[in-house]
Amino acid sequence: MEENKNMNRHHRNGFGRMGGPRGGTGEKAKDFKSAIKRLFSELKPFKILITIGLIAAVVSSILSIMAPNRLSDLTDEISKGLVVNSENLQELASTVSTNFAENSMQEIEIDGITVSIDDQMKFMEILSTMNLESEEIDTNELYQKIDEMPESVQDVVKPFMNIDNVKRICLFLVVLYVASSLCSFVQSILMTDVANNFARSLRNRISVKINNLPLKYFDKHQTGDILSRVTNDVDMIAQSMNQSLASLVSSVVLFLGTVIMMFITNWIMALTAIAASLLGFVGMSFILKRSQKYFTDRQTELGNLNGQIEEVYSGLNVVKVYNGTKEVDKKFDELNKKVYIANSKSQFLSGLMQPIMSFIGNFGYVAVCIVGALLTMNDVISFGVIVAFMTYVRLFTSPLTQIAQSMTSLQSTAAASERVFEFLDEEEMTSQENITKALDKSKVKGNIEFEHVVFQYDNNDKPTIKDFSAIAKPGQKIAIVGPTGAGKTTMVNLLMKFYEINSGDIKIDGVSTKDLTRENVHDLFTMVLQDTWVFEGSVKENIVYNRKNVSDDTVKEVCKEIGLDHFIRTLPHGYDSMISENDSISSGQRQLLTIARGMIKDSPFLILDEATSNVDTRTEELVQDAMDKLTEGRTSFIIAHRLSTIKNADLILVMKEGNIVEQGNHEELIKLNGAYAELYNSQFEL
Amino acid sequence: MLKLLKYLEKKDWSLMLVIVVLVVTQVWLELKLPDYMSEITSLVQTEGSQMSEVLSNGGYMLLCAFGSLIAAAFTGYLTARLSSKHSLIIRKKLFNKVENLALQEVKGFSTSSLITRTTNDITQVQMLMSMGLQLLLKAPITAVWAITKILNKGWQWSVATAVAVGILLTVIGIIIAIVLPRFKRVQKLTDKLNSVTRENLTGIRVVRAFNAEDYQEEKFKEANDNLTNQQLFNQKTFAFLQPVMYLVMYGLTLSIYFIGSFLIRDAGMADKIGIFSNMVVFSSYAMQVIMAFLMLAMIFMMLPRAQVSANRINEVLDTDITIKDGNLDKDITDERGTVEFKNVSFKYTDAEEYLLKNISFKANKGETVAFIGLTGSGKSTLINLVPRFYDATEGEVLVDGVNVKDYKQEFLHNKLGYVPQKAVMFDGTVKSNVVYGDNGKGEKSEEKIKEAIRVAQATEFVEKMDDGYDSYIASGGTNVSGGQKQRLAIARAIARDPEIYIFDDSFSALDYKTDSVLRKELKKYTKDATSLIVAQRIGTIMNADKIIVLNDGEAVGIGTHKELLENCEVYRQIALSQLSEKELGIEG
Repeated sequence: MEENKNMNRHHRNGFGRMGGPRGGTGEKAKDFKSAIKRLFSELKPFKILITIGLIAAVVSSILSIMAPNRLSDLTDEISKGLVVNSENLQELASTVSTNFAENSMQEIEIDGITVSIDDQMKFMEILSTMNLESEEIDTNELYQKIDEMPESVQDVVKPFMNIDNVKRICLFLVVLYVASSLCSFVQSILMTDVANNFARSLRNRISVKINNLPLKYFDKHQTGDILSRVTNDVDMIAQSMNQSLASLVSSVVLFLGTVIMMFITNWIMALTAIAASLLGFVGMSFILKRSQKYFTDRQTELGNLNGQIEEVYSGLNVVKVYNGTKEVDKKFDELNKKVYIANSKSQFLSGLMQPIMSFIGNFGYVAVCIVGALLTMNDVISFGVIVAFMTYVRLFTSPLTQIAQSMTSLQSTAAASERVFEFLDEEEMTSQENITKALDKSKVKGNIEFEHVVFQYDNNDKPTIKDFSAIAKPGQKIAIVGPTGAGKTTMVNLLMKFYEINSGDIKIDGVSTKDLTRENVHDLFTMVLQDTWVFEGSVKENIVYNRKNVSDDTVKEVCKEIGLDHFIRTLPHGYDSMISENDSISSGQRQLLTIARGMIKDSPFLILDEATSNVDTRTEELVQDAMDKLTEGRTSFIIAHRLSTIKNADLILVMKEGNIVEQGNHEELIKLNGAYAELYNSQFEL
Repeated sequence: MLKLLKYLEKKDWSLMLVIVVLVVTQVWLELKLPDYMSEITSLVQTEGSQMSEVLSNGGYMLLCAFGSLIAAAFTGYLTARLSSKHSLIIRKKLFNKVENLALQEVKGFSTSSLITRTTNDITQVQMLMSMGLQLLLKAPITAVWAITKILNKGWQWSVATAVAVGILLTVIGIIIAIVLPRFKRVQKLTDKLNSVTRENLTGIRVVRAFNAEDYQEEKFKEANDNLTNQQLFNQKTFAFLQPVMYLVMYGLTLSIYFIGSFLIRDAGMADKIGIFSNMVVFSSYAMQVIMAFLMLAMIFMMLPRAQVSANRINEVLDTDITIKDGNLDKDITDERGTVEFKNVSFKYTDAEEYLLKNISFKANKGETVAFIGLTGSGKSTLINLVPRFYDATEGEVLVDGVNVKDYKQEFLHNKLGYVPQKAVMFDGTVKSNVVYGDNGKGEKSEEKIKEAIRVAQATEFVEKMDDGYDSYIASGGTNVSGGQKQRLAIARAIARDPEIYIFDDSFSALDYKTDSVLRKELKKYTKDATSLIVAQRIGTIMNADKIIVLNDGEAVGIGTHKELLENCEVYRQIALSQLSEKELGIEG
């Protein structure tokens, strides 16, 4: 029981698209592998674009891996400008001191710079203030002294930074960055294109599919479910195609590339960086795993709560009058509390990701610095390598998170595409290729013959109609009566060839409907149903619906005939007024609209469902008159509620629990004193 | 948005203070990191530094990083709690508010909109709360702090950073300006696509009957193209963002190094190393500044959406409750089961026209009073005044001789058994649906429930269900038929043992036969109870003690079926539209 409830309450898609990490709705595909495989095979038409896009992604990644190395060259070049030219300093010092000792001071030339005797004296003077005997020379002190020295000396010992080199590297890097971002731009434009066009084609295919499915499919599946495939599921696929696919590829490239580059640069440092990052990721995957559970919890709890809210709001007056408020509040508080707990947990965990990521980054940084410092001091590597590794650590950690994210989002994509393709793979209506016969609408006389018709719904264990035979002659009225749920619409379904009969035959003018295409049968029938179907569009569009070459005059004429013209002309834009769902058009007027639509279609047969809905008397009279007009000269099947219709019918079919239990005209059936008589008499009693 | 914050309790505000402190700590620690970085950098750079110094600085840096991780975790924990708590509170407030709204206000908002407000809108606000609380605090603090740290380390670098931030904000601003209004269009186009699909699905029989498959597919294709093209435009515009961000960030680093190389070249020997480590530090602080601005931009992208949600929530919370509870919770008269209308008129608060005009009648104990009239004549409105879904604008509605406004609603409702036009079913079992609510008379016995179901003519189908009386009923009763739902709803009213039954067109989904048997049984079962019945079918009300004919809100006839047939034109018309003269027993 409890399980059953939860299943029914599980709002699959309604609330699944908010919060949580991207795509982390906890939905999993039944068969991830084949779902993804299928998805890719469906993507074949976009092969070229995808390939170019992915190549762009790869190039962009490779370029961004190259950058740190250049950046390290740049740093190295700059750091050359930090250290004094100790060779020159040494040479100068020794030459000057030798000359001084030998008393043969003269101008010295080093690297083309001439140091005068005066300057040499000053140099010696400043140098003598320093304690040169001690093992360790205080570099800071030395540098300060150098700043006090004469210009020529400074020129000789000053650090050599090749500014042209700096410029060259910078230029190279600029080109690199621009190229890399261009590639990533091209990649995202292409993937956006592919994703959206793929989504467009999926949606179109679903739309076409809807019209190729047998009606029984819709008896078993809810509108909302199909709708959510068109929107949510397709969106999901498009979104992750757009974001995950390219990012997955570039992340993998980035990841592998970084690893390779790190090892090329220095294997000790590479191991350090990888070890440091992996340590963090172990903790992270632990949290990711746990949080998945809380996200599912959150979705379920939120679904439960929303279900409760929906229920209470839609039944608010009953809740109030039955004093159910306390009960409802208690339940609400309980569910609200559960959502609160699930919310705080899942949010806390998802909030942890970012800080942990940056800690991993910092940890890697420190590790790299320490090991790097050790190596630098031992002159194994240059300082630039450390700088390069600082970037590598960053480059290395970010694709890992992205890969993890893409994987979860791929999970949801797989689930979504499974649902979409499941729908697209549904069995379609039987093929009509072999049908050669056709009836011309204008030449049909109007005979319908039922010969031992047997029909059974797929999920029923008993046939709904067993061995039904009857004959309807041109122009006759056949009334179908019976209590609600007696299966009156089944008759409509069979006549319209919405369902295939199991055995027996239905013949139109002697031609079996099995030998006619569905379109042909539909063409022969005008159908006006009780649940008046109007769509967003103008009044005229609603009436003309799909008929071509219908003149405005014809429309007006028909509307005049059924008394709809006056009403339409009171609308702000007359026949061009737009009808939308919650409009001021009453149900009676809607009914008239659908009758007008039927009149325009002008077919030899009619199926009519009389309204019991709350139509006011004046409109109801109009509707009835209009319906009577519609039946004129047509063989009509009427799901009847009006006694006058029933009594005037040439043939009454009395249905009960899916079966036709009696047939005949009014007098005959009253005489029979069976189900029909009971039904008829019940309206006069209290 | 801010207005919603006032629903937080004092305790929560002190929690907020803790969060601020934590964020400040976090930022402080994070901004200390580059200091250690630079320390380490120059140590590595300078010959002769001690390894121990590098280690200790590295240790401190890690300590800071770890500290900031802990602070971030606590902040995350507290904001998650706070924002969840906040949404808990608002949701509760909103829910209670809706429970107390009068029907008129509910209609004004529409039920589905109220549902979205309590669910999606609150989630929206909560998302902003949890993200916003952290980012909105952290971003400015980081930005300001980082800027002060680097401000005097070289104006050339500062200028470069400012330029970078400027470029970034301009690009983001332009993209937002282009895309944001178009996002709303996408929503509309999605709705359109949905409605075309829904249309095709709900009208599937008509579509097929008219061979209009191609027509529908064409329509779908157009809606689909519109949506896809708009999406393409939006997403392609957005595709600019990432490369620009990348370029700006790396471009800035590069410029800092480039500028640095010149500064170092021109500096004196003693300053060179200082400038170099400043350069390294500066580039990492500059990143922080840029990130802070990016975070702010993100908030501003989220804000409008959350703001709309917040407004929609506030709209409901700020609605005045028009139906005020009375305080009478016991009977003070000897009358039982009477309903009297004294010169009652009713109009909606903002409407000009009266829906009901000067209605007076009295239903005595055990009587059946029926209301009939055209759609819009005010029948439903009239009986909705009894359970106080609306309050009479003028005149008085009396139950048991007392104005309904004086009763405590709970007490008034215990007297009533109301069955709405559209049967309401709750998620649960047949039984739980029938015993639903509280009638002030304690628990309903098993026999009582079965009896109620029997009277409502529901025994047969209930017992056929898989688990009988314990069979599962889905929310909204989607797993039972319309007629079955109606019968269960009637059983629910019967199980309450009310003094007064109110049937608001509650027999419409029943066939004639079930309708008449049900009413017969009901009459037998509830001899003493008064019934108010709104109906469309003459057959349903023909035998009522009193029939009130409404036309445009006025009572144009009061009497029995026979009397009205003779002297009320409106009634005659209605009757004749449904039954022949012979059936009505009128001759000629």
